[in-house]
Amino acid sequence: MEPGEIHALLGENGAGKSTLMNVLYGLLQPDEGEILIDDRPIRIRGPRDAIAAGIGMVHQHFMLVPVFTVAENVMLGAERTHAGPVGVLDRRRARRDVREVSQRYGLALDPDAVVEDLPVGVQQRVEIVKALIRDVDLLILDEPTAVLTPQETDELLEVMRGLSDAGKSIVFITHKLREVKAIADRITVIRRGRVVGTAAPDAGTDELAALMVGRSVSLEVTKEPARPAAPVLEVSGLVVNDERGHRAVDGVDLTVHGGEVLGIAGVQGNGQTELVEAIMGLRPVVAGAVTLQGRPLLGRRTRQILRAGVGYVPEDRSVDGLVKEFTVAENLVLDMYDTAPFGSRFALRPDVVAESARGRIAEFDVRTTSADVPVSTLSGGNQQKVIVAREFSRPLKLFVAAQPTRGLDVGSIEFIHKQIIHERDIGVAVLLVSSELDEVLNVADRVAVMYRGRILAVVPPDTPREEIGLLMAGVTAGTDATDATPEAAA
Amino acid sequence: MSPPEPNTAPEPAPEPAAGSPEAAAPPESAAPSPEPPAGPPAPPAGSFTAAFLHHLTTANAFTVTVLAVLLAMVVGAVLMIISDADVRGTYAYLLSRPTDALSASWTKVSEAYANLFRGAILDPEALRGALAGELGWERVLRPISETLTYATPLVFTGLAFALAFRGGLFNIGVQGQAVLGVIGAALAGFLVPLPVGLHVLVALLAGALAGAAWGFIPGILKARTGAHEVITTIMLNYISLLLLTWLIVQDWARDPERTDAISRPVDGSARLPELLGWLGPSLRVHLGIVVAVLAVWAVAWLLSRSTFGFELRAVGLNPEASRTAGIGVMTTYAMVMVVSGVLGGLGGASIVLGPAGALTPQVVGSAGFDGILVGLLGRGKPWGVLLAALLFGALQAGGNRMQVSSGISLELVQVLQALIVIFVAAPALVQAVFRLRAVRVGALQTGTAKGW
Repeated sequence: MEPGEIHALLGENGAGKSTLMNVLYGLLQPDEGEILIDDRPIRIRGPRDAIAAGIGMVHQHFMLVPVFTVAENVMLGAERTHAGPVGVLDRRRARRDVREVSQRYGLALDPDAVVEDLPVGVQQRVEIVKALIRDVDLLILDEPTAVLTPQETDELLEVMRGLSDAGKSIVFITHKLREVKAIADRITVIRRGRVVGTAAPDAGTDELAALMVGRSVSLEVTKEPARPAAPVLEVSGLVVNDERGHRAVDGVDLTVHGGEVLGIAGVQGNGQTELVEAIMGLRPVVAGAVTLQGRPLLGRRTRQILRAGVGYVPEDRSVDGLVKEFTVAENLVLDMYDTAPFGSRFALRPDVVAESARGRIAEFDVRTTSADVPVSTLSGGNQQKVIVAREFSRPLKLFVAAQPTRGLDVGSIEFIHKQIIHERDIGVAVLLVSSELDEVLNVADRVAVMYRGRILAVVPPDTPREEIGLLMAGVTAGTDATDATPEAAA
Repeated sequence: MSPPEPNTAPEPAPEPAAGSPEAAAPPESAAPSPEPPAGPPAPPAGSFTAAFLHHLTTANAFTVTVLAVLLAMVVGAVLMIISDADVRGTYAYLLSRPTDALSASWTKVSEAYANLFRGAILDPEALRGALAGELGWERVLRPISETLTYATPLVFTGLAFALAFRGGLFNIGVQGQAVLGVIGAALAGFLVPLPVGLHVLVALLAGALAGAAWGFIPGILKARTGAHEVITTIMLNYISLLLLTWLIVQDWARDPERTDAISRPVDGSARLPELLGWLGPSLRVHLGIVVAVLAVWAVAWLLSRSTFGFELRAVGLNPEASRTAGIGVMTTYAMVMVVSGVLGGLGGASIVLGPAGALTPQVVGSAGFDGILVGLLGRGKPWGVLLAALLFGALQAGGNRMQVSSGISLELVQVLQALIVIFVAAPALVQAVFRLRAVRVGALQTGTAKGW
């Protein structure tokens, strides 16, 4: 690592990126080998040593106390106190430090804001400031963009540039090729615990992807043109509120035909989550109608909707998609455990469940040591494969996928896209919600752009990115002044 | 049911190994999951219940339990020494004659625990006497009989708590459900004349139904209004006790031949038959223990093989994912409380149809509350509950003997029971004391936010 360098560490899930960085940060101890800082070997026994050596880390999962303010979170662990025996916290100084550091690096932060009220992107800045205030020279960012919206991602990349100009070195762990190419000075690709190559940022996307997964992958999804059949899902005039009673979905009309993929593009937080949950019977609806092949879905329970032939991949797989302590086999029947052949009204058939699980694991290439291990022992991509395998194991009419590839590696993304197209080709209607524009454009046959609870337009996927980008920002041809309020994308 | 598997996540969670200097800075891993939760601040994954269960299914639960028992006995020994004036006196001149203090302490403690053993499991002298033909077998079997008698209701109440616990509910109301079980069983026992055989079945059923009804109230309140089951069950515990106290003094229920608060005795046809009564009148162990073991088997089947058990476990571990998968979470909560109430009610029934034979205000004792401890000690697993109930029953039975023969008050047994559970609930402590290799010590510390 050179001073001021942005070094991207690229690799699939489970390739060893995070392990390597945890060793650097002292969370794990190396079995062999040594770490050199300024040509001197150093032993890092814990995060304290790492910080002393000038290494800071921003974890994939934020280590923040939600009910504390920004300043309190930043000083946590390095509390400054007034002089005197009692150790009264010097909050003013903490606030000043936060303000100073955030200004110096161009990170807008209000030291008095309570962390849980902040959007994810801003919380991440708090983490960065937390590291910077401890005077680190090397900052490790572990998959920082996995939880960010495209705009927040752009802001983060901006911040990283600023830090690099200020002479800080950054290790940027990711598996999103475009970000790497946009910002990195040098790229190291890791696969199965080994460095398999180093590349300059002007290397081709295909070349990097191939290095990552060890074979060439087609990021472009190859597919036949869709042959849309009769409408399967029809949504009209749907109005849904979010938890706080704010209007999240504001009169949405949608039709998804059998044999086509309707993609919903949009910056996250524009009502996509609420739309999908309303369709799945997980959220009360204020007004409107949803029908599946002409039969009303609203008012039916989630179980009835699933049993009516709807497959669902929830947005947050670790919370809504899987029972992490359950085995892979159990998770594979999570919504079918009481139907034949897996069980009856009263009893399960563990032998059938296990037998079917083995088949599913093979068919969907789930990497696991056995069907009887807790699903939490699997990597993220394989967990998602479990969900997809579960939903595709019964005959579907409609498949609803919310952010189906978020946080996954290229290999898993490719696999899941192929599965979705396969379902489409056998006549299933697919509703794909994703905040990754590339994903929507590659997979969908029609693209609906959602902005502030409304569908602004439905366009073909070969529409220029810029045009869709404008729609995602709420700019429609003709009218743009009315909707362009600043809170739009929070 | 899934076998306990050590957690071997491919991407090692950033969890500091025990003993490594934990820095003050960020890395306290809260809920290590390989994937980011999407969207705005997600609540920390896993409640106390989930964390507890997770820990117990991954760590070497058995070792920790055995060591917890040992540790509790060590602390109990210290308490015995402190509380005995004579032994304490020898410590006044510890420096001049240390052997006095040590031998006095040793004598005190070893005798006490020997008596605990004699009272709970086997009295070697009685065995010798019986083998020589001088004494009857009654005295040999008596400790075991007492242990099983005390353990019987605890198996039921422990199962009641454990079942709810697996379903993500903290059923503090086992006591109240047992009280209702006592009432239901006793009323059926002395108000409804029925033939032998059928009567005891009806009385057990009446106890189970009364307990179920008492469990249904907090269940439906939680399902319909979200009222927290801990609050509602605690309140219902008070109500149940007052109901019992009121009921006993009613003319149609009280024993006309007694002046104190006691109900009419349960008909002989409704009593659970004693299993070893033909060997001697003091062998109180009754058919209830057989029913209890059957209940253990039934609950084990329910949890691992039944559709309802699958829902219960799924809801207990992750209600959000269960809801998304179409499981009626609130319906499941209500059902769990009903089934838990059935078990609690059976626990009460086994008391009044067994040794008690009539209603008094204290007839249940602390069987319900002890059930909570038994359920925790059994780690929410049916066969674990059976073992824990046997341990607690043995401590009770042995404690009586210890009180009579060694002059150690029965309360010490309760202290021991409480200590065991504390040490089990704080496995990190046991591991530190015995320098065990840390097996995911962090698990218990994670989810305190959602909690109960």
